This record gives sequence, structure tokens and C-alpha cells, in this order.
Amino acid sequence: MSSVTNIPPQFEVVDRPLDTQMTISMGPQHPSTHGVLRLELVLDGEMVVKATPDIGYLHTGMEKLFEYRKYQQGIVITDRMDYLNPLGNNLAYVMAVEKLLQLEIPERAQTIRVLTCELQRIASHLVWLGTHALDIGAMTVFFYAFREREKILNLIEAASGGRLTPSYFRIGGLMMDIPAGFERRVQQFIDEFPKAVKEFHTLVSGNRIFQKRTQGVGVIRAEDAIDWGLSGPSLRGSGIALDIRRANPYCGYENYDFEIPTEPDCDVWARYMVRMREMLESQKIVIQALSRLKPGPVKADAPKIVLPDREAMKTHMDALIHHFLIVAEGFDVPAGEVYMPIEASKGELGVYVQSTGGPKPARVHFRGPSFVNLSALPHMSHGAMIADIVAIIGSLDIVLGEIDR
Amino acid sequence: MEQPKPQAAALENQSNSNQEGKTPSLFAAALQRQHPEWVAHEVDALGETTIIVPREHIVAACHFLKHEPGMEFNFLSDVCGFDRGPEEEPRFEVNYHLFSTTRFHRLRLKVLLNEDDAHVATVTGIWRTANWHERETYDLFGVVFDDHPDLRRILLPDDWQGHALRKDFPLRGYEPYSLE
Repeated sequence: MSSVTNIPPQFEVVDRPLDTQMTISMGPQHPSTHGVLRLELVLDGEMVVKATPDIGYLHTGMEKLFEYRKYQQGIVITDRMDYLNPLGNNLAYVMAVEKLLQLEIPERAQTIRVLTCELQRIASHLVWLGTHALDIGAMTVFFYAFREREKILNLIEAASGGRLTPSYFRIGGLMMDIPAGFERRVQQFIDEFPKAVKEFHTLVSGNRIFQKRTQGVGVIRAEDAIDWGLSGPSLRGSGIALDIRRANPYCGYENYDFEIPTEPDCDVWARYMVRMREMLESQKIVIQALSRLKPGPVKADAPKIVLPDREAMKTHMDALIHHFLIVAEGFDVPAGEVYMPIEASKGELGVYVQSTGGPKPARVHFRGPSFVNLSALPHMSHGAMIADIVAIIGSLDIVLGEIDR
Repeated sequence: MEQPKPQAAALENQSNSNQEGKTPSLFAAALQRQHPEWVAHEVDALGETTIIVPREHIVAACHFLKHEPGMEFNFLSDVCGFDRGPEEEPRFEVNYHLFSTTRFHRLRLKVLLNEDDAHVATVTGIWRTANWHERETYDLFGVVFDDHPDLRRILLPDDWQGHALRKDFPLRGYEPYSLE
């Protein structure tokens, strides 16, 4: 109860009856718990003594389902985990299976993966920005953020055909190449985007109420953040420049020039600023990826694993046979196990795949960044006000679909 | 519906095919120097190192790996279980994915557990993030983590029967779940 000493002396008498603690349930229908999270709060007045997250309301047994589906059928399950960053989930799963198969991916496919994943990261951060500010009471920016997100979803839809569940990446490459004129539309979005970020800063960052609500709230020091396994922007808000794209590069990220934004303050405001700066870093990566797009194949040359082109399937006997076998029986993946970490929009998304041979995985496990980041919530919210809980949850950027799986 | 084939020997086969060099990795060598019994087996495959640690040594080995200069595995990425199937012995695997935020290297530790004695000591004393990972493994596989501060079910309801990710648990459960 160290937090009680922070009460100014003139209020001490009023807040004195400390033996009247109250337990309330926040959620699962509370709008600012971002889904179906329930928090069991032990309160002393308005101060949180203990916060215990209760999760599992959205548990659908996805990891069990993977074991009963062929490898390529698993891709659509991943979309539904972190539904704000589905391409990141696709990428982690697909790369894990590709690592088991030791499959080489053509360069154009890698570049398009980077390009679309960074667009998706911006879209994910835009939802975070809108809802985080909305939770704290700044409603306007929500509409501005969703306006920009809509443009990205249109781009993703143009490439993959899906807005929320694209399933764009396939084992061995992409579903199909990007459509004609895609680069021009991305360029158009990217040109306008810095202006939008400036708008967000005008609406939110300069807002004194927002600053007061976020600065010094939900503090987690760097060593605690590592101990609790925080990753992504939540960890970088505690001053640690850790980014899987740099630490364990994949998809050729080592060739891209971008910064890892960090903030030293360890609070909600620091995590806010990290994400705001990260959107512009993603924009830089998108520009570089655009300039690197060269014509070429987008699928690996592995006819037993990658589905043939539609035209080839109709005209070539062997392509038809391969198509039939992949769809009807799947492909065998050699026995082994891999752990494939990527930097998703919320932190380290790790996919563990164990194969014992055959067309279906023996085990697929997702290390969801939201899951781990949420587990640090009791630590961060100790001694906070009940209204601060909303700000802290928002700053962790959790998605319950990924936590409960 | 076709069931995935349980193949306990897969791991051993894989290690034979991939260990032509037979030189223990940096991590395994350091662990072995510290205590010869800590490394029961080592697999280097697909660019990842897996060390099978006897379960009574897992906490000591983790503590060493976290604090030893040069190792510095200060970040526990993940803990996840695996069920090899009801006929297999040892039946369960618990995988610890370690990461270093200063040296950026990764390592997988593996503990093998028998079905009738699926207990392993908790590592929450070393990394607090292990708390929820171990609760999840307990919930879905029934592996008990001794001395865990708060070993409750996490994803499934408290009154759930069985452990859903075991291979002998049917995909659709035994009966429709009801709140009654």
C-alpha cells in the first residue's frame, strides 16, 4: 500500500477508511476493454489496489484446430487471431512452415510482403490511436484515424480481395501478384500520410487533457518490462530499442533503412509517442519497398507445395495433378520444429510449429504479443486511479482475438 | 477423420540426420561445463538450437543462462507444451523459448515429462512473464508447474473437464458445453 502515501495531506482524512476495500468487475462488456476482457479490480476509494485480468471469453480453440487442418488451411485461421494485423499473422505462420520446408521465396514476393505488412502495421496503429484517444475522451481523432485506415484497407483489398481477413500470403509466396496500378495507389496514400499524422498530433498530442491523462501513468521501468516479457512499442516506450526486424531480421528487413523509435519515460505517453513515430518509420519502409519492386515471380518454384497458376492448371497435365494433390491431400512437411518470431504491430509474434511429418502440423502455438503484454497489466496498474486503467489498457494495444485464440 | 500420426522418434531421427558435425553449440557447451547433467541431448536443426534438459535441472539451467555473461537470456519469449500422443512415453514436452535483448540470440530448452508424473518446477522466479505461459500450458495440457504462484486455468472455464490440447481430447469436446 505504498501508493496511499502519495495522497496530499489535506485529503488524507477523507480517504482514510482503508478497511473498506471494494471489488468490482470491469468488463467483459466494458467498451474500453477492447473486446471481452474482464478485470477484477480491488479498489480503495478510486485507487486500484489489485487488478486481475480474466481472459478466455473469446477462446475458440484455434491451436487445436490447426492440428486437424492441412498446413495451407491454417493460413485462414491466423487471420482471425490478431484481426487488426492479419497480414502479420499470415507472415509469421507462413514463414514458420517455409522454414520447416526450407523453401526459398522469390525477391519480389519478399518485397511485397514487407510492403503490405508495413501498410498493415500503420492500419493497426491507426485503430489503436483512434480507440486509445476515444477511451480517454478525445473523440474526434477516431474519425480521422479511421478515414486513413480505410484507405489502407482498400489497398489490401485490391491486392488480396479481403479487407479484414486477407490471407494474402501462401506457403511459398503470395496468393497472386499485386494488381496493375497498385504502386501508384500506394504512392498516393504514402504522399498524403505525413499530413494526416500532423493532423493527429494537432488533435491529440497538443491536447493538455490528453497529456495529463497519460504522462506518469502506467509506469513500467525497463528491467521490469523485460522481466514481464513486454515487446514491441510497449517495450520501446520503456527506452529499450529492441525490434525483431533488426535483432533477428527476416524478409530482408536488414536491407531497409529505418529507425527504432524509443522514449525514455516508461509511461502511457511514451508508448503513445513511440507508436506515433513508428507509423512514419513504416511509411519510410513502404517507400523503400516501392522503389525495390522489380518484375519477377511471386511464388517459389516448388510445384509440389505451391499451387500452379490457373492458366497452367487448365492446359498442363502435370500442373493439374499437382493442383489436385495439394488440394486433396496436402503436402508432407518433414519432421522438425521451428519458432519463428516476427515484429508484429503489437510486439513479438512468435509461431511455434512442430511437425512429425505428414500434411498436418502436430502442434502450432502462437506467442501473441497482446497476451504477454496484458499479463503485465497488474504490475502497471498498481496504485493507479480507476480511470487510468482505461488509459493503460489502451496503451498496451491489446486484441482479445489473439489473447484468447 | 484422419488423426495426426504420433511419432516420438521424429525428434531423434531429426537429430541424427542433422548432426553430422556433432560439435555441441556454444550454449550446450557452456551448460555442460557448468554442470555435466544439465544437457541430456542437443539438437541443431534449421538454424535453431534445442537443448533437452532433465526436468529437475530446468530452474538451475535457466538461472545460469539468464545471469551468465555471454549468454544473457534475460527475455523469456514463450513457454508452450506439446503432447506426443497417449501411447508415447515420455508423453509431454514443455518448450522454453529464450531470447537475449542484448545479444539477440535464441535458444529452445525442452523438458520431457511422463504422463503419470507431469510435474515440472516453475520458472516464474526467474522471468515473471512465465506466469501466464505456464498457466496456459497447465490449462491446455495438464502439466503442473510446481511452486507456481497462481496456477489456475486461464483460457478455459474453471470447471472445464480435461485438457483441450491433449491428443486424446476430441476436437469438438465430449459434450456441448453448458453453463448449467
